[in-house]
Amino acid sequence: MFQSFENWRDLIGPRLYRAFIEGDRWKLYLQGLGTTLELTVIALIFGVLLGLIVAVVRSAHDQQRIGRRNPVLSILNVLCQIYTTVIRGTPMLVQLFIWTFVIFPSQRNKVLVAFIGLGVNSGAYVAEIIRGGLMSVDAGQSEAGRSLGLNYFDTMRFIIIPQAFKAILPSLGNEFITLFKDTSLAQAIGGAEMLYYASTIGGRTFDYMPPLLGIAAMYLAVVIVFTWLQGKLERRLRESDRR
Amino acid sequence: MIDVKNLYKSFGDHLVLDNISEHIFPGEKVVIIGPSGSGKSTFLRCLNLLETPTGGSITFQGTEITDPKVKIDQIRQQMGMVFQHFNLFPNMTIQKNITLAPVRTGLMKQEEADQTAKALLHRVGLEDKAEAYPNQLSGGQKQRIAIVRALAMKPKVMLFDEPTSALDPEMVGEVLDVMKELAREGMTMAVVTHEMGFAREVGSRVLFMDGGHIIEQNEPAEFFTHPKSERLKSFLEKVL
Repeated sequence: MFQSFENWRDLIGPRLYRAFIEGDRWKLYLQGLGTTLELTVIALIFGVLLGLIVAVVRSAHDQQRIGRRNPVLSILNVLCQIYTTVIRGTPMLVQLFIWTFVIFPSQRNKVLVAFIGLGVNSGAYVAEIIRGGLMSVDAGQSEAGRSLGLNYFDTMRFIIIPQAFKAILPSLGNEFITLFKDTSLAQAIGGAEMLYYASTIGGRTFDYMPPLLGIAAMYLAVVIVFTWLQGKLERRLRESDRR
Repeated sequence: MIDVKNLYKSFGDHLVLDNISEHIFPGEKVVIIGPSGSGKSTFLRCLNLLETPTGGSITFQGTEITDPKVKIDQIRQQMGMVFQHFNLFPNMTIQKNITLAPVRTGLMKQEEADQTAKALLHRVGLEDKAEAYPNQLSGGQKQRIAIVRALAMKPKVMLFDEPTSALDPEMVGEVLDVMKELAREGMTMAVVTHEMGFAREVGSRVLFMDGGHIIEQNEPAEFFTHPKSERLKSFLEKVL
């Protein structure tokens, strides 16, 4: 029994050493994690801004009075619909390839291209999340705001959006987790994130198992921590409901 | 004050208001009664364009508000509305509920709005609730706040959409008292309600609606004691 443990250690030890310690390789993993988190956060912020604009345009369009259709808003609404349909109907990896090889073929900074690709992708999903949240607020709230003479945007800003926030938050957390994992696709276009370093190291040491299992554990750890934080925040918000 | 001409409203194929013409004069308290689905709430909601009429015109103080070019927000600032389900904003304090609209629409500065809110809250006996949130209040308190919130905009007319229908029976009185006081002060009011006592006591005119028509109208004493149409007779027999 003990003998076999020693065998195992002698077998695995050098592989772990080569994958993580030799030549300070652990620094590369951390660097990759940094890029991955950066990609996630910036793409999410970009996605939320884009999503908010799309969601507000689409619900503003749906709430117009009959006979008072604003033609500009109608055009914007169609554009937004095309955007969400195309982005949600095509694979993320295909989109990233299109950004890299069709739209920005001469851009050398692949992380920058990944920011754009992921952000634009995320925006389409966030738009639907936010639109769902806005629709979940009781129609009476909007009626009360408008009956007092508040305009559409003040009603949204002070009454609807703050209330929609609680409904949006859990789905937005899930979107963060999805996006965090999807950043690994940036590796395919040469974006230097976690998977990129792991596969580079795997290739150099002719041993893929330790670096891949290593980054899988890192992804998992971040997701677990984030899920825990999200749960805490939601509990806090629920408590403020019972105020 | 409010002139309604040949008003039609349909939801899809369903005709809810069928050629209604009516005039509400300044200082009048018009009470609208009728069975569920008679179109009375829809009629009221058309008056401030929460529902867009399918046809016909509505004129408020000389402005045809059904004209698509009219700035409806400015019109609505002069028409207060109270809803069956109160529709207070749960994400803000009572004080903020009341002051939000006057400040954002530029009617008052924050300080003046705070003073107004305080005075109005005092009037309905809820001055100690200024910093409370809506879900800390009872239904009757919420509805009194909702009335105050509408009054803070200094409206020329108040529309009430079944203001007591969602209340516990013992809370109906406190809300009706506020409405009666408002009526005594000369506010122009249009009230959709099932409170026949209120209609009789406060109304200057009672309308009976059914099937998208105004079937009958009269001053309250005559309305309740000598109904003319068979439909109103059978309705009153059931509710009184």
